[in-house]
Amino acid sequence: MTAKDVVPGAKTLFLPVCEWFGELGVFCGRLVRAAVTPPYEGRELLRQMDEIGTKSLPLVALAGAAIGVVLSLHTRDSLIRFGARSLLPTLIILSVIKESGPIITALVVSGRVGAGIGAELGSMKVTEQIDAIEASAVNPIKFLAATRVLACVLMLPLLTIVADFCGIMMGWVANRLVEPMSFKYYIKEGFELVEFSDLLPATLKALVFGLLIGLVGCFQGMRTKGGTEGVGRSATSAVVISSLFVILADVVLVRLIILLFQKQ
Amino acid sequence: MMETEKELGDDGDKNGGGNNNGGPAVRVKALRKSFGQQTVLDGVDLEVKRGETVTVLGRSGTGKSVLLKLIIGLQKPDAGSIEVRGEEVTNLPLDRLNEIRKKVGFLFQHAALYDSLTVEENVAFPLRRHTEMADDERKDRVRELLQRVGMEKDLEKLPADISGGMKKRVGLARALALDPEIILLDEPTAGLDPITAREIIELIAGMQQERQVSALLVTHDMRSVEALADRVALLDAGNIKAEGTLEEVRKSDDPFVSEFLQESF
Repeated sequence: MTAKDVVPGAKTLFLPVCEWFGELGVFCGRLVRAAVTPPYEGRELLRQMDEIGTKSLPLVALAGAAIGVVLSLHTRDSLIRFGARSLLPTLIILSVIKESGPIITALVVSGRVGAGIGAELGSMKVTEQIDAIEASAVNPIKFLAATRVLACVLMLPLLTIVADFCGIMMGWVANRLVEPMSFKYYIKEGFELVEFSDLLPATLKALVFGLLIGLVGCFQGMRTKGGTEGVGRSATSAVVISSLFVILADVVLVRLIILLFQKQ
Repeated sequence: MMETEKELGDDGDKNGGGNNNGGPAVRVKALRKSFGQQTVLDGVDLEVKRGETVTVLGRSGTGKSVLLKLIIGLQKPDAGSIEVRGEEVTNLPLDRLNEIRKKVGFLFQHAALYDSLTVEENVAFPLRRHTEMADDERKDRVRELLQRVGMEKDLEKLPADISGGMKKRVGLARALALDPEIILLDEPTAGLDPITAREIIELIAGMQQERQVSALLVTHDMRSVEALADRVALLDAGNIKAEGTLEEVRKSDDPFVSEFLQESF
């Protein structure tokens, strides 16, 4: 294969990716400008917080609980092998707070909310509802996108707390079914090594995940083309890209958190 | 009732011109617009005088809806000039463009009602955004608008629960909510049965008589043209092929114009 064969292939793959990131950058600029310029969309923001937060609550709670059970079952077996069974509460609680809670919440919200935003805005785009908002002298980026992105940013940390709570509780329940362990002992032992510096990075991570989910969902939705097929594509791509971004961001953020928050 | 809106408009005029001292409501000069390789508008000139209704006719895909979207600033032209109320809108900053948009009502081809909002909320949307009306006052205004279009009994319904004709009526009520000086109508009778189409035409005619708004109407429906148009412009291959009163256009020697009108009637 010659360089001439490679270049056209690279062009067809590389250029659309560059174009996509360029458009995303322009969209972010418009979004920030729209979000900070009055009048503010308080009413729509509250509606979106309810839509994104309250309605994701059962799913996030269930996912958190499942993670707690799985962690308890898996780590218990491993710790027994190493003769460190007493560390089980600490390991469950630290794992849930530092990693499992934020990432599982983000992936669940990405699936539910990312797809929802992508499909809703995509449908509004192809049925000219976004044009109608603009023709009514209302900035659709401020009214539709800024409110959704901000709602995702604000609700993700709260949903993460719910997932953490359910994970920790169900971790104890799963363990309690196998061996006698009081709830008081589980909490006391588990939180003994947990510090504020463990909670803050997890919350910051959730904020970033919320930003990514909201941003990608709105961006993909608002650039929808091609009727109902396009709406489907937007919903799917919103989930796929936001999930991918969440996982990649997690890698970067974990490294950053270790650098910034870990005691020397 | 509309003091706030009028104040906004007056203030806007002071800040940025657009006083429209007896000039046309809309003036389009040498307007060009292409999508990729396809040229849709290729030097269009058109004028809508104050209080006048101009109808744009033409085959499907000749850029009639694009023309309306260019006038309201939803799309940017490649070249040419668009004046609305005496103000050039092609390069206006968004806040100034929005002041002009408040003076222009737009009825979309498929009504484009916000499907998460009820009929009442759809019509209230521009009022809620651009006026400082109290809740009761706004509700009264919405009911009055919906009464005019015969939709006052369907306030709580969602767009998904009403027919195409009803959507057009609600869209019309929404377009008129801010008492616009200019109204852009994109195929208001398309896809409707003859009776509903006639009702929509009568509604528009009634409102024009009542309020003397300037209107630019895009349609294929010759009954709308006969009932509403003061002047007609026939668009083909990116240009206006014929312009004048319906009678004047009917007398045109252009073979396309003759064929189009013959087929339409």
